[in-house]
Amino acid sequence: MTTTTTERTGSSADPAGTPDPAPRLRRKGSGGLGSYLLVRFLLIFPTIFILVTTVFFLMRATGDPITAALGGRLPADQLAERVREAGYDRPLFTQYLEYLGNLVQGDFGTTLSDRRPVLEVLTTFGIATLELTVYALIVAFIVGIPLGMLAAYSRDRFPDAVLRVFAILCYATPVFFTGLLLKLVFASGLGWLPVAGRASTGTEIELQFLENPTGFYLIDAFQTGDWDVISDVLEHAVLPALALGLLTAGIFLRLVRTNMIGTLGTGYVEAARSRGVAESRLLRKHAYRPALIPIITVIGLQIAILLVGAVLTETTFEWKGLGFQLAEYLQARDFVAVQGIVVLLAVIVAVTNFIVDIIAALIDPRVRY
Amino acid sequence: MSVVDIKDLQISFATDAGTVTAVHDVTLAVQAGEVLAIVGESGSGKTVTARSILGLLPETARVRGAVVLSSKDGTDEHDVVPLSGAKLREVRGQDAAMVFQEPSTSLNPVYPIGWQIAEGLRAHGKYTKKEARAKAIDVLRRVGIPDPEHRVDHYPHQFSGGQKQRIVIAQALALDPGVIIADEPTTALDVTVQAEILELLRRCRDDFGAAIVLITHNMGVVADLADRVAVMYQGRIVEQADVRTLFSAPKDPYTQQLLAAVPRLGQGVERTRERATRRAAGWERAAPVVEATDLRIVYPGRMRRPDFVAVDGVSFSIRPGEVLGLVGESGSGKTTIGRAIAGLTKVSDGSLAVLGTEMNGMKERTFRPVRERIGFVFQDPASSFNPLLTIADAVAEPLVVHKRAKDPRAARPRVDELLEAVQLPKAFGDRYPHELSGGQRQRASLARALALQPELLIADEPTSALDVSVQARVLELFAELQRELGFAALFISHDLAVVDLLADRIAVLYRGELVEEGTGAEVLGAPKHPYTQRLLASLPVPDPDEQARRRTHWDALRAAD
Amino acid sequence: MATVTSVPTAAGPGSEPTAAPRRRRSWRRLPVVHQLRQSVGLQRGMLVAGLVLVGVFLLTALFAPLLAPYEYAQLRDADGLFGAQQPPSGDHLLGTTVGGYDVLSRVIWGSRTALYVIVVGVLLSIVAGVLLGLVSGYFGGWLDRVLVVIADAVYAFPALLLAIIVAIVISGGQSSLWGGILAAAISIVVVFIPQYFRVVRAETVRIKAEAFVESARVIGASNRRIMLRHVLRNATRTLPLILTLNASEAILTLAGLGFLGFGIQPTAAAEWGYDLQQSLPDVTSGIWWTSLFPGLAIVLVVLGLTLVGESLNDLADPRLRTRRRVADQEPAEEGEVAAVPGGALTRGAAGVGGLGVTVAGERPGDPAPAGATGAEPADGQGAGPDVTGQDGGGTRS
Repeated sequence: MTTTTTERTGSSADPAGTPDPAPRLRRKGSGGLGSYLLVRFLLIFPTIFILVTTVFFLMRATGDPITAALGGRLPADQLAERVREAGYDRPLFTQYLEYLGNLVQGDFGTTLSDRRPVLEVLTTFGIATLELTVYALIVAFIVGIPLGMLAAYSRDRFPDAVLRVFAILCYATPVFFTGLLLKLVFASGLGWLPVAGRASTGTEIELQFLENPTGFYLIDAFQTGDWDVISDVLEHAVLPALALGLLTAGIFLRLVRTNMIGTLGTGYVEAARSRGVAESRLLRKHAYRPALIPIITVIGLQIAILLVGAVLTETTFEWKGLGFQLAEYLQARDFVAVQGIVVLLAVIVAVTNFIVDIIAALIDPRVRY
Repeated sequence: MSVVDIKDLQISFATDAGTVTAVHDVTLAVQAGEVLAIVGESGSGKTVTARSILGLLPETARVRGAVVLSSKDGTDEHDVVPLSGAKLREVRGQDAAMVFQEPSTSLNPVYPIGWQIAEGLRAHGKYTKKEARAKAIDVLRRVGIPDPEHRVDHYPHQFSGGQKQRIVIAQALALDPGVIIADEPTTALDVTVQAEILELLRRCRDDFGAAIVLITHNMGVVADLADRVAVMYQGRIVEQADVRTLFSAPKDPYTQQLLAAVPRLGQGVERTRERATRRAAGWERAAPVVEATDLRIVYPGRMRRPDFVAVDGVSFSIRPGEVLGLVGESGSGKTTIGRAIAGLTKVSDGSLAVLGTEMNGMKERTFRPVRERIGFVFQDPASSFNPLLTIADAVAEPLVVHKRAKDPRAARPRVDELLEAVQLPKAFGDRYPHELSGGQRQRASLARALALQPELLIADEPTSALDVSVQARVLELFAELQRELGFAALFISHDLAVVDLLADRIAVLYRGELVEEGTGAEVLGAPKHPYTQRLLASLPVPDPDEQARRRTHWDALRAAD
Repeated sequence: MATVTSVPTAAGPGSEPTAAPRRRRSWRRLPVVHQLRQSVGLQRGMLVAGLVLVGVFLLTALFAPLLAPYEYAQLRDADGLFGAQQPPSGDHLLGTTVGGYDVLSRVIWGSRTALYVIVVGVLLSIVAGVLLGLVSGYFGGWLDRVLVVIADAVYAFPALLLAIIVAIVISGGQSSLWGGILAAAISIVVVFIPQYFRVVRAETVRIKAEAFVESARVIGASNRRIMLRHVLRNATRTLPLILTLNASEAILTLAGLGFLGFGIQPTAAAEWGYDLQQSLPDVTSGIWWTSLFPGLAIVLVVLGLTLVGESLNDLADPRLRTRRRVADQEPAEEGEVAAVPGGALTRGAAGVGGLGVTVAGERPGDPAPAGATGAEPADGQGAGPDVTGQDGGGTRS
């Protein structure tokens, strides 16, 4: 704001005004983008490293996973034997290095309770979580963004008040409670929709027999071409998608509203208004696009919330995805599995954040050129 | 024929504290093809009045009276006040267009400029993409954007500040409106750029036949461009006259006071001479308080971007009791030099001796005792005080830090003295910064800077955020205190006239280099460096006839470039 | 700004009679009180509603022993066992749970557990986060860079997952009252420290460049003095609102832990998330009272906290404050802006949000995309819509 800052950044260091600063700026800009992408990419690694390290040492702080899982259920000498077999009696740091080495090779460990590689658990159940997340995001975009624009447009008037309270309710309600309420009303109350699961047993079986099932039930259902199967899958998806989608929609609504109010108040929107551009066009074009950049950046940070929401939603609806599985392993006190899934989720979050940041940077012409 | 006819306009705003009336009974007419300047200081209601012509007021505004806007060909008339929705949009941009103060914020950063120009066209008729583009290129060329066919697809950040303002003007001209409302169109720009934009606005009138409503606080700009002037004060028009009459024979006391407050070039010569006579013999031989030799300050570029050389090989010195005025436009490095002297910015190369301490490679620990002997006044009165401390606590801060007083309460008598010295009532000490006006805050800032009776005072644009009349009083105070206390000073400003008023010697900075240095009479009277000449010629003076002469001179200089 | 000094400006703080006692002014400047006075219309309504909800929550938590008809772990009274899944009746206004507890009592006692977690969790994280943020932001350097990377890493980590791990570490998954509360609180602390750190650091970095801090440096004040006297209080002005938002996140995290089976055992304390988990099968058979009321309790408390937090956020942000204020006469407007030089989260496009939305439009730790930071929509806002009495006249910005 002050001239001091301007002077220091030197960005407006062109006092004469006539010389064309564009080539210089453009070069500076693209060089900036290149190094930004690089730095941002390199930043993923320390992030993941820190997370992995934290999780590892935290999990081991209380002891080895075998004792945690079986302690009290096995005689002490047998337990010690099992611990030695698994190598948990070695120095912690040795185990840590081994763990890191395995991770680099894509080995996230093997579950204790059902002896499956964690990576396999991910590929089996991850797709279900992906499906749920996609549905939820669709709901969130359809509900959150237009309503956010509407709220910004009718700011401080009645629709805005209603929408804001709606948004706050959406994210003030724990996603599992939203799920419970939806189940109470639409499933056990009105009986319109199924209570839980990704599909009814018949459908599940039918989908198993596909030649190459993707695991994404809706896609698989379309592969069968059977309308009953498709509608069955969709019916099962409605409530979980709504529960998780509304949570995210509330966040999107608020985000869009805040940023749109910001851009609607800017000089360039006012300038466009002064030239007779219609209000609806100001909203859709002039204010929306600049608001999008911060919105996307923040949406990136919502990925973590979405994932946590997915864990809780899956538990509520017995949606057999990663989150549901995580809860199962937690109940079974299978901490190797828990650690594996948590680390994987953390990696997913870190990578998604990176991708979202890149998208945000690419959308911004100030970075692109 | 009048294009805008304002009758008995009254604008009020609903607030918690009741209704506040910003504009009272304003009656004003703008004739076709004339430049009407509305002049006034902050809060005079000039912007609100101008915005009402386009119906661009917030929803809380209540407007009474009539604002009749005629189309350029005179066939159509609308009273804007009762208009809303589609009817209002039809008028906006078509009959009257607006140019805003800050070109960087009035252009949408994520759309190419061509698209933005086309938006205005599209709002008022059917244009194909091709037609709109052709029209945009045409209007860009006419406002002097080089290579418009190519640049039409560029984004705002790819243009300099002056070019951005040209684009904003192009947007306004695209629909060929009868009147252009220019709200402080050059305030955010450097003087040399300002001259060019004023030239362009003049062409808007001459070549495009548009009337211009020019809102400004700068009397030099008024003298340069306006045909007629309306002076506003506290929501009312106190005087309306043609430009020559207003400047030569202002009637209203407020106008007289306003004109008297405007610093003029050449006023300083007399003062400088007077100061010089009072100096003791051998004064020139005293060790300088500040001595810069080949001073170089570089801001390292981050992320592989090139370094930015803010100050490049600058040498100067300030002797005890001397005021050095440092002039330059934004990016010239003037603020950087001030900060380096105060130890806020590292010296990269060369030497900078401040009160005998070498700043190149300075350690904060060794410099701390020297700080006691330096005062600093910052540019922005809004942020130079900790909002959580009272003025008295803030002014006591240097006394407490340097152990002259145990705590702010013990320092209070001295604080009261200081406040009195800067002509603030003692009771103001108990107030919080936001309860003071900008001018009052700058005076308190001066009190704080002088608390330890420094040998050197650095003032970084201390008055640039203030209204002219407030500025005049602060400058007067500065001069008075300097005379009494005899400190040496580095006075940094972008305004030649202000510097001229106070400084014994003037140094002109251009892109980090010191291009000229000398007494006011030398630098302003017979500038040697082409940049100084250009800078001087660009500065509009508050006298229409004199300014017309200067403009011719400026044209000649520009042609020679 | 005020006009010619010779002419006194209109009403407003600027011309408040100096006789006004300072004491009165100072309670008005208290965080929530100040904002409440400042708010209008809808915003005031939201703030008041939030304060009422939070007040009810606090009172319930404090007076739980008096309000609750039974103990949280009480299964029987003089008439014998309560019985499981009894519908609401005169004896049990909200029915009984599958475990045979009185729903109403557990809902009321649950507010206590929630309050414990909030107090412990938020207090611990605030102290650590503020200290680290202040030092890191003020001194910068490699320590700052390392801390930022760590904070960003932890911040990006799904909070509940981290909480699960910490819960495992602390209690091995089983919980006494304090074990459970500590597990939840410490997991929340781990998640929150980076948030406070980020906010305070960002504020510190911004304030460090403000003229008043530079002025203190020019004066020769020591770093300690600058940090404590000038930076700290200004950098923590936004804490009340982050605090409310984090309190609501604390409750959600606790409930989430409970729901996943990592909560506090029913005999140790009442915990809403645990009760919800227990009621999950009930829903299928149409038993609504076991899930509805603990769920509503969570919603209402979080709603109250969020309303307070959001209102504070809106009021602090000149862009979001209801327009009536923007249209205010100039001395007041100027005053607000100056009083909260960055107290308002002006930079952040999104401000502070619930559920860990705490990051504004930009992430302070990230390398900024070239040239992008300077042109956030937030920029120029301060000077933006001053269409009104504030002529923007002589201000070169």
